[in-house]
Amino acid sequence: MTKTPLQFRHNGRDVALFVDGGVNLLVALREGIGDMTPKFGCGQGGCGACSVLIDGELHLSCLTLAEAANGRSIQTLDGLKDGPNLHPLQRAFMEQFAAQCGYCTPGMLMAAKALLDRNPSPTRAEVVEAISGNICRCTGYEPIINAVLAAASGGRARA
Amino acid sequence: MPVTVKTFGSASEAASALSSERGARYLGGGTLIMRALNEGDIAISTVVRATDQALARIDVTSSRITIGAGVTFAKILAERELAFLHAPARSIGGPAVRNMGTVGGNLFAPNPYGDFTVALLALDATVSVQGGLGARDLPIEEFLQSRERQSGALVLAVACQRPASAEAFRYRKIARIKPKGGSVITLAAHLPVSGGRITGARIALGSMAAMQIRARAAERALEGRALDEAAINAAAAVAAEGVSPADNALGSGWYRREIVGVHLRRLLSGLE
Repeated sequence: MTKTPLQFRHNGRDVALFVDGGVNLLVALREGIGDMTPKFGCGQGGCGACSVLIDGELHLSCLTLAEAANGRSIQTLDGLKDGPNLHPLQRAFMEQFAAQCGYCTPGMLMAAKALLDRNPSPTRAEVVEAISGNICRCTGYEPIINAVLAAASGGRARA
Repeated sequence: MPVTVKTFGSASEAASALSSERGARYLGGGTLIMRALNEGDIAISTVVRATDQALARIDVTSSRITIGAGVTFAKILAERELAFLHAPARSIGGPAVRNMGTVGGNLFAPNPYGDFTVALLALDATVSVQGGLGARDLPIEEFLQSRERQSGALVLAVACQRPASAEAFRYRKIARIKPKGGSVITLAAHLPVSGGRITGARIALGSMAAMQIRARAAERALEGRALDEAAINAAAAVAAEGVSPADNALGSGWYRREIVGVHLRRLLSGLE
């Protein structure tokens, strides 16, 4: 089976790789270009651990055909920090103890980023809705919701 | 096992590719087909895609709406003219699934999914299908009954009349997890009123049979009556007639049969 060439922007950098037919974007990211930040959870669209932004929109990379990402801009958790500086969401997750085992955290952060990019001061209900596609089995969600709200109000305080 | 991916610029080319190969499946938003591929479904040998922008179009006129099969639930939620479809669109998945999942794909979603199709069934939608022999429009009921045989055809769009008022169309999804979860029961009702009486009621149920069905006995109980307590009671009493719900992790068939009348009563009474 011939491989398919693929090009897209990955956290602001152009990348090119070859993929097998029918491979999902999560495999392309992890095995193709070595970005291990999106996680494989269920492979069914039920857990959100593989969440990434495609052209700024939240998508599940495990349910995205790699070829469908051709020419598009993909953002993963790997691109969230700015050099040595953590993103306000990452800092808030740390300060609010929003990660326990940490497996859901990359997806949670990307879902939260998708929310704050379009709604910088969400209500609690809007945060709950925004992370409703992401499962966390450790924290009981409350610290995660609080962290997103803290990052949002922190952003306002600085502005 | 690698599959062949075929991408076409036009929906009609995609439709011919789809009908010419038994193992070909159309990839819309990916929430069904990629899931099957991730699970190693060997029945799929070819994935067909179309980049045709016509599939992503929404056409709204004063009385009728047409939604391209490739329109996502997020796009429906962003369209103010489609406010009557916001409740069913919002009831599906989390934000990522709504950014991906499409109206056309929902027609093929098995239990406990396919909630948007419940709404379309109550609205008496028409499904435009492109097969090997050309394009045709099917009433949604006919489409659903032949769904298993439709895998070689490409859905282009769905269309329906806009309900006369916000009151005339109601939707409710019962899920274990809020705000996101598979359906225990999904209900939709279109209740056109003429001279204070219901004429042409359509009630659709999800997760109450192998596919979305109409609650015909309940529809008959409402026909020609005002939507008062007596009519609502009469409809709720026969809500389980003709249903054949299955057991799954979200609820047993017995449970679904027991509670469908309760939820129909709440839907018709406008109770939360």
